Amino acid sequence: MANRQATGYTLLFATAICIVCGILVSSFAVSLEELQDENIALDKQKRVLEAVGLLQPGEPIDEAEVAERFAPIEPVLIELASGEAVDGDTATFDQQRRARDPATSTEAPDNLAKVKRIPDQSLLYEVRGNGGELEMVVLPIEGLGLWGTLYGFLALDADTTTVRGITYYQHKETPGLGGEVDNPRWKNRWPGRKAFDDDGEVRLAVIKGFAGSAEEDPYEVDGLAGATITSNGVTNMLDFWLGENGFEPYLNRIRAEAN
Amino acid sequence: MAVKKSEAALDPLFNNNPIALQVLGICSALAVTTKMETSVVMCAAVIAVLTLSNLTISLLRHQIPNSIRIIVQLTVIASLVIVTDQILKAYVFEISKQLSVFVGLIITNCIIMGRAEAFAMQNPPSLAILDGIGNGIGYSAILMVTAFLRELFGSGKLYGYTVMPTVSEGGWYLPNGLMLLSPAAFFIIGGLIWALRVYKPAQVEMDG
Repeated sequence: MANRQATGYTLLFATAICIVCGILVSSFAVSLEELQDENIALDKQKRVLEAVGLLQPGEPIDEAEVAERFAPIEPVLIELASGEAVDGDTATFDQQRRARDPATSTEAPDNLAKVKRIPDQSLLYEVRGNGGELEMVVLPIEGLGLWGTLYGFLALDADTTTVRGITYYQHKETPGLGGEVDNPRWKNRWPGRKAFDDDGEVRLAVIKGFAGSAEEDPYEVDGLAGATITSNGVTNMLDFWLGENGFEPYLNRIRAEAN
Repeated sequence: MAVKKSEAALDPLFNNNPIALQVLGICSALAVTTKMETSVVMCAAVIAVLTLSNLTISLLRHQIPNSIRIIVQLTVIASLVIVTDQILKAYVFEISKQLSVFVGLIITNCIIMGRAEAFAMQNPPSLAILDGIGNGIGYSAILMVTAFLRELFGSGKLYGYTVMPTVSEGGWYLPNGLMLLSPAAFFIIGGLIWALRVYKPAQVEMDG
């Protein structure tokens, strides 16, 4: 056997190991990529279905069923500042990457949701009925909680004010406390509440303690016990994304089209 | 050094448990044990990586240059972990999302490096495989007990099924929030180590 301590042998061995491991890792990464991308896309569709109430959290569901329930939901790419629909590939749209790139985003004014950059475009979903009339819009929302940024969807009725559902698909909140944003019972407190008051101001907020029914307290949602910062984070991100820097231009367009 | 096959596989369960006696791999034991489902996948990943890394290192043990052996071990382990992570992302996406970075952190799990350096470098492949499986199961046993207790008392569930309906779901059980935080795993693992050493006093470390 070659001298195991020789420098030449050591270099040769290191090179060989690197090449073998490199080939192994990259071949797995490349061959599984398609499957992984499908999973990510499927997962996002499931979260949208949850937001509009077509899927119960934790409900087992296969790919075909997701596609079927997703049929009335149409992804729409809009320009945030104008609210107008724009052309683009909705399948590969990545809002987080767009918000990081200075060429496709602008710096956000100081805001409580701690959104740092606003992307120029956003991908939202429009749910249409059998006759093609708009039933719901599903808006992506994000903002800082206690430990990190929460990413989710807010579903609004075609009247652009009544909440139809809310869901978070990615967050780092404490399980059992802030992590209760995933609790189906808490999410069930949302539908029917009003995001805007009669003057068009964003008024919906997560309060401390319990709110009454949607009729009694249309602008309030129960707070999460032991998670004041997460609760405030939810309020702040609603305020930001429904406001002028978020989807206000788009919602105004929907309101104008309805009249 | 003569090691019997049965010893290589069975010793790590009670006599030489990687978590309870060697106190290795604690970090992931804290992070992934809030639910049994995530723990099972984590355990399977660790057993797979540990067995394959032990096998690979053992096969190469006469070829690996001594001066770079740690780096070679790390390269092999890191590659196996990345492959495992890719497979989990492709086939069990929901769970891999919950495990997040912790599958990647198997690279730094001291058990795997420890077994590669301490066992696989000196022993033939068949023994190394058994040692890998044994240590993997020893690690898994502690993780599963911890996850069982944390999920049961932290969220009133076992493997995702409700056992004790919690107050927030309309039931009677007020969950122990501490169980869902990392320190709970410290208490439980500490308790397990205590219990094991009462049962096997030989494992108690001598003072001084």
